[in-house]
Amino acid sequence: MIRNPGMPLDLGVLEAMRAVNRSALERRVATLAKRRSIKGDNQAAWLLRSISVMDLTTLNSDDTPERVRRLCAKARNPLRPDLVDALGLRKRPIRPAAVCVYHPFVATAVEAVKGTGIHVAAVSTAFPHGLSPLATRIAEIRASVADGADEIDVVIPRGLVYEARWQELYDEVKAFREACGEAHLKVILGTGDLSTLRNVMLASMVSMMAGADFIKTSTGKEPVNATLPVGLTMVRAIRAYLELTGYRIGFKPAGGISTAKASLDWLVLMKEELGRRWLEPDLFRFGASSLLTDIERQLEHHLTGRYSANYRHAMA
Amino acid sequence: MNIIERYDAMDYAAAPESRAEADAWLAARDLTKSLFIAGEWKAAQSGKTFSVLEPSNGAVLAEISEAGSADVAAAVAAASKALPKWQKAGGYARARVLYAIGRAMQRNARLFAVLESIDNGKPIRESRDIDVPLAIRHFIHHAGWAQRLDKEFPDHAAVGIAGQIIPWNFPLLMLAWKIAPALAAGCTVVLKPAEFTPLTAILFSEICEHAGVPKGVVNIVHGGPEAGEAIVNHPDIDKIAFTGSSEVGKIIRRATAGSGKKLSLELGGKSAFIVFEDADLDSAVEGLVDGIWFNQGQVCCAGSRLLVQEGIAGAFLAKVKTRMSRLRLGDPLDKNTDIGPLVDTTQLERVSGLVAQGAKQGATCWQPDNELPGSGWYFRPTLAMDVAPANILAQEEVFGPVLAAMTFRNTAEAIELANNTRYGLAASVWSENINLALHAAPQLKAGVIWINGTNMFDAACGFGGYRESGFGREGGREGMFEYLALKSKPSSPIKEKAEGKAEEPVSADFIDRTPKLFIGGKQVRPDSNYAYRVYDAKGRLAGEAGLGNRKDIREAVAAARKCTAWPSATAFNRAQVLYFLGENLSVRADEFAARLTSLSGVSAKAARAEVDASVERLFAAAGMADKFEGSVHQPPSRTVTLALHEPVGTLGVVLPDQNPLLGFICTVAPALALGNNVVAIPSERWPLIATDLYQIIETSDVPAGAVNIVTGRSGELARVLARHDDLDGLWVIGDRDTCKTVELESAGNLKRVWTTNGRLPDWDAGEGALDPMLRRSVEVKNVWVPYGD
Repeated sequence: MIRNPGMPLDLGVLEAMRAVNRSALERRVATLAKRRSIKGDNQAAWLLRSISVMDLTTLNSDDTPERVRRLCAKARNPLRPDLVDALGLRKRPIRPAAVCVYHPFVATAVEAVKGTGIHVAAVSTAFPHGLSPLATRIAEIRASVADGADEIDVVIPRGLVYEARWQELYDEVKAFREACGEAHLKVILGTGDLSTLRNVMLASMVSMMAGADFIKTSTGKEPVNATLPVGLTMVRAIRAYLELTGYRIGFKPAGGISTAKASLDWLVLMKEELGRRWLEPDLFRFGASSLLTDIERQLEHHLTGRYSANYRHAMA
Repeated sequence: MNIIERYDAMDYAAAPESRAEADAWLAARDLTKSLFIAGEWKAAQSGKTFSVLEPSNGAVLAEISEAGSADVAAAVAAASKALPKWQKAGGYARARVLYAIGRAMQRNARLFAVLESIDNGKPIRESRDIDVPLAIRHFIHHAGWAQRLDKEFPDHAAVGIAGQIIPWNFPLLMLAWKIAPALAAGCTVVLKPAEFTPLTAILFSEICEHAGVPKGVVNIVHGGPEAGEAIVNHPDIDKIAFTGSSEVGKIIRRATAGSGKKLSLELGGKSAFIVFEDADLDSAVEGLVDGIWFNQGQVCCAGSRLLVQEGIAGAFLAKVKTRMSRLRLGDPLDKNTDIGPLVDTTQLERVSGLVAQGAKQGATCWQPDNELPGSGWYFRPTLAMDVAPANILAQEEVFGPVLAAMTFRNTAEAIELANNTRYGLAASVWSENINLALHAAPQLKAGVIWINGTNMFDAACGFGGYRESGFGREGGREGMFEYLALKSKPSSPIKEKAEGKAEEPVSADFIDRTPKLFIGGKQVRPDSNYAYRVYDAKGRLAGEAGLGNRKDIREAVAAARKCTAWPSATAFNRAQVLYFLGENLSVRADEFAARLTSLSGVSAKAARAEVDASVERLFAAAGMADKFEGSVHQPPSRTVTLALHEPVGTLGVVLPDQNPLLGFICTVAPALALGNNVVAIPSERWPLIATDLYQIIETSDVPAGAVNIVTGRSGELARVLARHDDLDGLWVIGDRDTCKTVELESAGNLKRVWTTNGRLPDWDAGEGALDPMLRRSVEVKNVWVPYGD
C-alpha cells in the first residue's frame, strides 16, 4: 500500500466537512451493532481478527522493562496452546499487530518481539497532552525511531483545534511525519477533549492532509475514550479523504475497548462504513490492554461451551 | 468453512433468531377458531378459512377463520353489550387494563417479534427493536390518558363502538395505534387485521384474555373485504378508523357518508426526503436507509421521493449507491438481514410493474447486485434517477424499496417539488442550518416533518396526514379526540326551506341596493348575472341577492388560495383584525338587529341578543387567535417534537337559515382566527345579513381573499365546494341530504369535512361552541427536531 503523502492544507475542504449531525450519528451507531450479529464460528474468527489488529498496550507511569517484556511475551503467545490447537492456528499464528509502549521501553520491546513481525509502537510528542516545545516533541519521535520503533503514536495539542489554528496543527503533524521517516505515523486526536464531533471531523481531516498514516481517537487518559459516534465520525473522515485523494488512511480507536463484544461492534463499524479492506492491521488497530483476556475467555467458551475465568489465561 | 477461512473472509454468516417458540405457538392452536368475539374463540359462522403464507418461502403458516358479515355482526353485538359497563368502569380501571396489556406484551415481546417477522417478512431487527417496543409504549402511554380522561377532555365521552381496519405492514403496531386510544377513551372495539398478517393480533387477543380486558371490549375478526365492508357499513358502529391505501380510504369515505360515523383515515404517502447542500450527507444516506429501505419500503410515510440540491446531487447519489450495495437481503429471522421479502406475491408484482412503468417513462432505475435468497418475494432496493415530476414513480405510492430521486435548485423549489403531490403524510428535511430547516418545515404540506431524521414515532406525538394521506391523528392528545365525542349533542333539525309568499310594493323612500358576491376583497357580480328574491318573515320582498354558481365558487376558492397574507399574518395581527370586526359590528348593532327582525321575524330582543352574541364570539375568537397554540412533546429520545397548529387552509363553510348572523360568525370567526381563508355560503333564505357584512369586512383590515361570500342555492353550492379539489376543508350545517352529498363528494381529495348531519348545532355548547370550532380549524403538524452537538 502506498503511504499517504499528505496534501496541502485545504480550508475549503475543511469547511465542507463541518456538517456532522450528532443525533444522526448516534442513531446510526445505536442500530449498527443491532443490524449485524456475529455468532458461532464466525464470532471466533472475528475475535481472532480483533487480536490481529490489536496494539497491545501498556502506558503506565510505573512501567518497567520487565513489565514490558511480559507484555511482549503475551503478544508472542496471546492464546493458550490448547486454544491455538482447537482453533486450528498452529500453522497460522494469530498475534497482536503491535505492542505500544512509552519511549524508554522501545528498545526492550524491539528485542522482545524480534522475529515475530509484531510492530513496536511508541507514544510520543509529550504524550498524553502534547504540550512541550515542538523541537522537544520532534526530538522525541526521532529518538524512538532510532531505538527501533516502527510506529509512532503522536498526540496533537487540543488547544489548536479549539482556536482553529489549522495551519499550525497541519505544520506540526507534517513535521511529525517527517521526523518519523519510515516509521508509520498515528495521530491521536484526544477526542475526549474535543467536545464536538465537528471538532473531531476537522482535526481528522487536517491530520490526514498533513500526512497521517493512521488517525487515532484517544490516549486512554482523557475522561472519555473511544466511543462509537467518535469512531463513526473519524471513519467518515477517512472515507472523505479517500474520495478526495485516493489514499487509504488507517483508524485506531483506543481506550475503553475492553470486551470482546465491544471489539466486534468496532469491526462491524469498519466493515459497514469502509469495507473489508479496513479489517487488516495496516488500516485498523485497537489500542487495548485488557481486551485480549476477555477475547481469550470468549474463545474458550466458544470451544468448550463453558464460561471461563480471567485467571485461566496468562496475563500480559 | 473453518475458522481460519472465516478469519480471512470476514463475511457475515447467518445468525437466525430461533423460531421454535413461534412454531410451537402455531402448532398448539386451532386457528380455524381464531375470531375473538365476546372473549371467546370462534370459527367463522360460514366455516370458511383462509391461508396465511410466509413471505420468505411461500409456505402455508396457518389456516385462519374468515369472518363474514354475520361474524362482524356478532362482534359488534358483543362490543355493544360491553360498552356501558366499560364506560362506567372509569378511567382508573381502564388505565389498569391498558397497563396490564402493555406489561403482558413486554413479557411476550420476543414471541411477538418472531411471529411478526415470520408473518410479514420484516427483518427481526425491526420487529424486535421498533415495532414491538413502540406498540408496548403505546399501551402504557394511553393508560395515562385513560386515567386523566375527565380532566383532560372535559365535556367529552367515548364515541361508542369503534370499527378499526388495519394494514399488513405494521400489523401489531397498527393494532396498538388503534386499540390503545379507543380503550383509553372508553370505546369498545371491533378490529380487523389485514388478511396477510393476522398472527400477532391472535397473540394479542390471548393477552387480552388474561390482562383483565372485559369480554366484548376487544373483538378481533379476521378476514378480507367482506368483513371490512361489514364493519364499515354496520349501523351500530360509531367510529371507523382505517389505515391503508388512499383508494380504499376514499371508498370508506363514500360508504360512511351520511351515516354520522366519526371517521379517521391514515392513508398513503409519497413523502419527500429533502437533502440541502449543507446537510450531513453521510447521515442523510443513513436516513434514507431508515426512510425507504425500512420494512422493504412498505411504509406509508416512507421517504420515497428524494429531493437533493443540485450542487451535491452527484456526490450524494454516489454515496447512496455505495450504501445500497451493502444492504443485505435475506431471511427475515436472520439478525443480519436489512431487507426481507415483500409481504405477498401480489405486492411483488405491483412493485415490479411500477418500476418497469417508471423506466418506460424515462427513469433510470438502478439496482445493486446484492445477493437474493433463492425463494421468497424479494425485490432489490432500487434507485430511480432522472425522474420527471410526472413520472409514475414520482406520483404513485409504490409501497416498496424504490426511491425516486430528483434535484432542486433552491429552497423554494424544494418546497414546491415536495408539495407537488396529492399526498401529505410526512417529509424529512436534512440541513445543518436550523434556520433553513425550521423555515422549510411549516411550508411543507405534511402531517409529520422530521428534521435530520426519518421514521421517528412515539405514542405522545400525533401521526397523520394532510391532503389525500387522510385525516385525523393517531397518538397524543389529538389522537384521543378521534375516539371522543362531545356529550352535548345537537338536537334541533335544520328547518326546511320556505319560500316567500305575497309581494308587497316597496315604500317610496326605498333606495335600491344590489348586494353582489364578495370575492377576493371585492364586491363582484355573480357570473350568471342572475339574482334571486329575498323575502322577509312576512313574505315581503326584502331585496335581491346574487345567484352564485359553480364559477363563482371557482373564483372564490381561487381568491382564497391566492391570499397568503392572512395565513402568514401573525396571530396577534389576526386577533386585532377580528377584534376590529367585532368593534365595527357593534357600531352597527342596531342596524343588524333591525335587519334580523325584519328578515327572520325574530323578536327585537332576540335579534339584539344574536348581534351581541356575534360580537362577543368575534371577541372570543380574536382572543384565542394567539392562544390556541400547539405544544411541545418530549419523546423518549433526545428530541423535541413541535406539535404545531397550522390552519387547515382554504375552508368552505355552508350555513343554515337559523341565526343567520350568529351561525356565520361562530364558524367563520374561529376559522379566521387560526389563519384559514374562508369561502362562506350564507343562509340561502336570508343572505342579506351576510351581504350587509361586506362593508364591515371591508373596513376591518381583512386582507382580500381571506373571506369570500357567495350567496345562492346553498345545497347546490355546497356540492360544488365538496367537489372542488383545491379546497382543504368543508363545514356544512345543512339538511341531511346536503350533508350526505358533501361527505360523499369530498372523497375526491379527502378534504376535511364536518357536517352536522341535518342537525343545528348549539352555538354555545357541543359541536358549535368555540373550542371544537377552533380544533377543527387546525391541522396538527408534528415537527421532530433531534438535537445535540
